[in-house]
Amino acid sequence: MQSVPSCCCGVDDRTVPPTLRQTFVVGTVGTPMGEVPLVSASLMTADRWGGIKARWKVGRMNYRVQPGLYAMGSPNEDSPVMVTANYKMSFDFLRRELAGRNTWIMVLDTGGINVWCAAGKGTFGTVELVNRIETCGLSKVVKHRTVILPQLGAAGVAAHQVLRGSGFRVVYGPVRAKDLPAFLDNGLKATAKMREKTFTVRERIVLIPVELVAALPKSLIVLPGFFLVGGMLGPGPFRTTAAAHGILAAWAVLCTVLAGAVLTPILLPWLPGRAFSIKGLWAGLLTAALLVGFTWPDAAAPSQRLEILAWVLMISAGAAFLGMNFTGSSTITSLSGVKKEMRWAVPVEIAAVVSGLGLWAGSLLLA
Amino acid sequence: MEKLIYLKDVVTLDLDRGNCVGCGMCLIVCPHAVFAMGDGHARVVNRDACMECGACAMNCPSKAIEVKSGVGCAQAIINGMLGGKCECC
Ligand code: SF4
Ligand code: SF4
Repeated sequence: MQSVPSCCCGVDDRTVPPTLRQTFVVGTVGTPMGEVPLVSASLMTADRWGGIKARWKVGRMNYRVQPGLYAMGSPNEDSPVMVTANYKMSFDFLRRELAGRNTWIMVLDTGGINVWCAAGKGTFGTVELVNRIETCGLSKVVKHRTVILPQLGAAGVAAHQVLRGSGFRVVYGPVRAKDLPAFLDNGLKATAKMREKTFTVRERIVLIPVELVAALPKSLIVLPGFFLVGGMLGPGPFRTTAAAHGILAAWAVLCTVLAGAVLTPILLPWLPGRAFSIKGLWAGLLTAALLVGFTWPDAAAPSQRLEILAWVLMISAGAAFLGMNFTGSSTITSLSGVKKEMRWAVPVEIAAVVSGLGLWAGSLLLA
Repeated sequence: MEKLIYLKDVVTLDLDRGNCVGCGMCLIVCPHAVFAMGDGHARVVNRDACMECGACAMNCPSKAIEVKSGVGCAQAIINGMLGGKCECC
């Protein structure tokens, strides 16, 4: 929706105020630094639709707001300054929560990445913040010397260095934008609860689309191979054997993706084990049990049962792998931990897939 | 709310209480309540909850905290090993 030309083409347009031609801009506010775009607090259909698309990774990278200073309500030289990333969804959450208030919003250039990930990469960082305060002329727009940052930006910003570099004091706001009103009303004080990053069922469920979009195409790539090899190795005419073994393979791939990208995120706290691959393994066993339940009664020949068991092995290994991948979206895993987990999990997963493939081929030759 | 904790005893977080000036910044920025304040210095009370985001070390004005920070993301590590760039989060 919001496609704003990126500003990485060597042209230094830092001092140019953000364009008014963005859907959420409803006017301007005069400041000593010129006219600043006034943004509306209400999200329109386009904003909501854009958010949904971004969750499914459609146009996510172009989902950005132009960096710079914006106004909400009718701010003056005493109004608070909220800082955010130029990922449109971060910006939208912020303006929605600030409805009815008079504030400045300063948008940093993070290349369209959300606050947390950008902080991890250092683009939501000390240098960008100090430079942005400078180019926005913030010290002329407000009398006070305080900027309010989302707490999750702290991984990229050193508050004491910002103070030294710009004269502005960094105050870290709550983790969630929805706690902002309480934070502002409470004299810029966050409660312990506002400072904790949770990982609730809801927060995990919204991640599922991205997991699916990442996992499905990669898993579907292998399917034609199973049809082809199934048709060649199995007894009888190519078409019927290809269909028989290929369709089972398709169900198995679906079970794997369902386990790794849907069940693992949802059931995370309740799946046994601490390592995410173990959690994924349990989810895989769950869906594999379904597959067995549906196919076993019809599988009279030993070779058919062997084929099903081969899939149980491969589903478990695949789900463990996808579960391990979910570490990237989680808010609890550490780099050292993931490295430690991968050292043993990846070899085991690979070994399981290889033996599963071997069993599978063997079952076809047996038939 | 369920409290999820990842692997035990792997975190690289290190706090030098001798250097700590007790400013409380690490308590503010940590998203997993890893620190608490006691007798004028910060203290690690919830080590395994640390996700190595690096926010505490980044914002400690007296360099009392060390942590090998990075994103705990398998895909990024795989990409790194394959020589690609991180497409994490
Ligand atoms: S690295 Fe992050 S999670 Fe770990 S103690 Fe520091 S602020 Fe908390
Ligand atoms: S940020 Fe550093 S100096 Fe401040 S309390 Fe924490 S460890 Fe101590």
